[in-house]
Amino acid sequence: MLKTFSIGGIHPEENKLSAGNAIKEFHLPEDIKEVKIPVAQHIGAPAQPVVAVGDDVKVGQLLAQAGGFVSANIHSPFSGKVKKIEATTGDDGKPAMMITIAVEGDEWLETIDRSAGIKRDITLSAEEIVKKIGEMGIVGMGGARFPAQVKLAVKPGQAQALIINGVECEPYLTADHRLMLEKSEEILIGVKILMKAIGVSDAYIGIENNKKDAIDLLSKIAASYPGIHVQPLKMKYPQGGEKQLIDACIGRQVASGALPISVGAVVQNVGTAYAVYEAVQKNKPLIERVVCVTGKPLQNPSNFWARIGTPVKALIEAAGGVPEDCEKIIGGGPMMGRAFATIDVPIHKGSSGILLMNKKESKRGEIANCIRCAKCVSVCPMGLEPFLLSKVSAKSLWDMAEENHIADCIECGSCSFTCPSNRPLLDYVRLGKAKVMGIMRARAAAAKAAAEAAKAAEAPKA
Amino acid sequence: MNTLTVAPSPHVHGDDSVKRNMYGVVIALLPALAASVWFFGLGALSVVLTSIVSCVLIEFLIQKFILKVPTTVTDGSAAVTGLILAFNLPAGLPLWIVVVGALVAIGIGKMTFGGLGQNIANPAILGRVFLLVSFPAQMTSWPVPSSEVDGATGATPLGLLKESVKSGTPISEIAGLPSTQDLLLGSIGGSLGEISAICLIIGGIFLLCTKVITWHIPVSILATVAVFGGLLYGVDPETYASPLFHILSGGMLLGAFFMATDYVTSPMSHSGMIVYGVGIGLITMLIRTFGAYPEGMSFAILIMNIVTPLINTYCKPKRFGEVVKK
Amino acid sequence: MEAVLITIAVLAVLGCVAAVILYFVSQKFKVYEDPKIGEVEEVLPGANCGGCGYAGCHAMAEALAKADDLSGLVCPVGGAPVMSQIAAILGKTVAESAPKLAVVRCGGCLDKRPKTLNYDGAKSCAIASTHFAGDTACSYGCLGLGDCVSVCQFDAIKVNPVTGIAEVDEAKCVACGACAKACPKQIIEIRYKGRVVKDQARRVWVSCVNKDKGAVAMKACKASCIGCGKCAKVCKFDAITIENNVAHIDNEKCKACGMCINECPKQAIAATFTPPAKPAPAEQKPAPAAPADAQAVQQ
Repeated sequence: MLKTFSIGGIHPEENKLSAGNAIKEFHLPEDIKEVKIPVAQHIGAPAQPVVAVGDDVKVGQLLAQAGGFVSANIHSPFSGKVKKIEATTGDDGKPAMMITIAVEGDEWLETIDRSAGIKRDITLSAEEIVKKIGEMGIVGMGGARFPAQVKLAVKPGQAQALIINGVECEPYLTADHRLMLEKSEEILIGVKILMKAIGVSDAYIGIENNKKDAIDLLSKIAASYPGIHVQPLKMKYPQGGEKQLIDACIGRQVASGALPISVGAVVQNVGTAYAVYEAVQKNKPLIERVVCVTGKPLQNPSNFWARIGTPVKALIEAAGGVPEDCEKIIGGGPMMGRAFATIDVPIHKGSSGILLMNKKESKRGEIANCIRCAKCVSVCPMGLEPFLLSKVSAKSLWDMAEENHIADCIECGSCSFTCPSNRPLLDYVRLGKAKVMGIMRARAAAAKAAAEAAKAAEAPKA
Repeated sequence: MNTLTVAPSPHVHGDDSVKRNMYGVVIALLPALAASVWFFGLGALSVVLTSIVSCVLIEFLIQKFILKVPTTVTDGSAAVTGLILAFNLPAGLPLWIVVVGALVAIGIGKMTFGGLGQNIANPAILGRVFLLVSFPAQMTSWPVPSSEVDGATGATPLGLLKESVKSGTPISEIAGLPSTQDLLLGSIGGSLGEISAICLIIGGIFLLCTKVITWHIPVSILATVAVFGGLLYGVDPETYASPLFHILSGGMLLGAFFMATDYVTSPMSHSGMIVYGVGIGLITMLIRTFGAYPEGMSFAILIMNIVTPLINTYCKPKRFGEVVKK
Repeated sequence: MEAVLITIAVLAVLGCVAAVILYFVSQKFKVYEDPKIGEVEEVLPGANCGGCGYAGCHAMAEALAKADDLSGLVCPVGGAPVMSQIAAILGKTVAESAPKLAVVRCGGCLDKRPKTLNYDGAKSCAIASTHFAGDTACSYGCLGLGDCVSVCQFDAIKVNPVTGIAEVDEAKCVACGACAKACPKQIIEIRYKGRVVKDQARRVWVSCVNKDKGAVAMKACKASCIGCGKCAKVCKFDAITIENNVAHIDNEKCKACGMCINECPKQAIAATFTPPAKPAPAEQKPAPAAPADAQAVQQ
């Protein structure tokens, strides 16, 4: 019996169309003269630009510096001249700050090791590794884009296990799968580096058993890497969720509102492990990634090595172009990805996939009455009651939403996927979650201010 | 390229729909319907058709002319109500009474609350109970299965049991009590759809396999009946019938698989479903063994339907991370 | 006969016992409340709309009864007549306030602001606006999904299927402000109903909130304010200011003269009356279009 997480889950159709296609190097077409690099490519504060308009930049040069504790550096993926630093249209049609670079040649920083060989010896110390990962702007590559160094900054002895996410439970996406097949040894060295950084002797690479080739290959190589265990998992969505993956791999459940480190676990994606290898061993910042361009209407579903900032449109062109019947283009997978309002936007550090859908596949069904079938309750991986949460959110009953733990929702979409009445459950739950989180933060801030005021009032007395 | 569409995630939907679930129930009830037609003849079929047609038609008319909302009769829920209502009626019931039952089930039981998903009690059971208290004679004249004499009526196994126990006859001496084989096949007296245990079990397994229902409600009902019946049987097998007899007779299987599992009126969490099932099992057994009526399934489900909102308030699903595993 | 008598007797005794119990219980748990609160609540409309800033009419009545001075406490629904009645009950005076109503500051109907995207999510502006900027090239305008409609207690705002924009029903709107709070794009403004001329309240407002630069705004919508400032120049009362590329007419200063309406090159200024047409014959054609749109937005 294969392991998996304990509560809920669904089985969406896999549709891994591009699983057999090797990753191809993507070269920017001649006619694209300039690229845009967003300064907010991660969760947290946007990075602060350190270049000025007119500056010459090389590949790998720092463009923008982390703008806070939870933030990440941005490096130039192209060489050329900085043309503009201004807000332009982002993925969702809203303005987003971007640095525009006029591309000229392909000149790299000399500090980056571009040799082909695999470098196995880890020379840096734990602190140096974490610092390096921060400098190189590594973020969670699975899509969540959480700055990697923040998760790795743990107290000695706090972490007991490193968990590597090779699950790729989103239908269609194959970026991590291909990476595991083609860069297996580098990933394992990356895992080793991460283990050293957080001081643990065990790492578990969770892979769903629809990727048997990756499980076999990694298990074979991992035999010479003591402490790294490849953990085959039963297929179930959302196994790639951080809390679900910890539960599946080591059988510990992170409590509501707590972080994975509370059960001694640190989770990173396989893509992140590879980026860490490149950053630490080759001194290469995060400037390119695997992007899976896929979808049923698409002519050639492909996996590309693409530089950050490559226009989404160019990648789709390279995979056969936008077909006539394409209705929706999604950044990420079909369960949690965000639909593009425009494809004249660049890819970012978290762009694991670009998914094209036709009308038949993407159109939502007609909404019927809730029949109280409780299927949303059965599939919710967090053990919540989506039908109730969506109802109270639609009625703006935020107190009730909070009492029913709306803040625990991981927005995986299993409820909306399952609902026989096609009700937009997650749409409302997400809205309610944002409101409740805002209320909770405001309350925490007020409580903190009150406590400080009380302290300040007490101080003169003592 | 067409105009792009923007929507919040998820961008895909499973193939589940209200129709799939409702027609799944209809398909699951077909074997039992076949058994009923086999034993009671075409009279059973006419009751079933009358019930379904009048339920669908009443819902359509109410939505079209009274509520003036888009009609949703094609979703199959009215047909399921009609089918289940018919399964709870004797085969020879005058058709106008069937129509009255449909009117109460759909008109009062469902539409007054706001239609699909809003009702408190199972509409089919409400209709059935209304008919039972309004037309007690017609509702308890059970045709004898495969009878050569037209219009011959007999007692149900549970009715026989009740009468005999009241008069103090030991169970082993009751004349005409059907064998387990008769109960399984269905050559017994009773409501139109409840007679053939084996057909109902096949239908129930179909519903479980197609994930229309989960195991929690039927298993908890049947387990409670088995345990409760087993205890009584252990005390005195001459006064109390065996648990197997209780499970196979009357509306037990029909109720456990098809009526108690009605989505709208059953609890939302798995723990709640088990509480609900245990409640139904207990109340049914109490009515059967100590009450005035020979059968208590409908009443038990109706009572637990009303308790469901309370169960939903107290039986919440187990949240992730609530109990930290060691 | 005997049975009937016994029944009546039993019922009578039961009734008496229940009455006594009820009496003692109600005495024991009695909560004193200023009787004036009840009287004030009687006068209030009872819609519990929250437009006054209190949780409902009862809360408002409590606040009114407690307040030393009624200024700042206004029931937007009942308006002046209700407030003067309340003042009479409480023996206090109330300041006169001019009636107000909600206006929708977007004139980008479907033919002026074509759709560039389809939206296929839950029918809620709050949800849609967190996912994208809007289904047209303008990221400021009305989304037309009706969050304002669902919060309105008075059936006074509707999304017109022809224009795709929310429209306020002047006769029903009580200026409670619920729609303005619910609108994620913040395009609903509470303004004075205006000076009444020939049974018609005259008011003028800029029907656009697009903060983009002129060229961008113009491309997105034919009815957008481009912040050119022509209206501000022509205004004799200094009522119009241009900020962030969009004009705004000050509610207090505006005299609803209508001078700015014909001046606007984009017909982005809406009004509830027809301003005098410009004499130049070349301008004849577009001039009647503006009031027509204004009427459309209004009704």
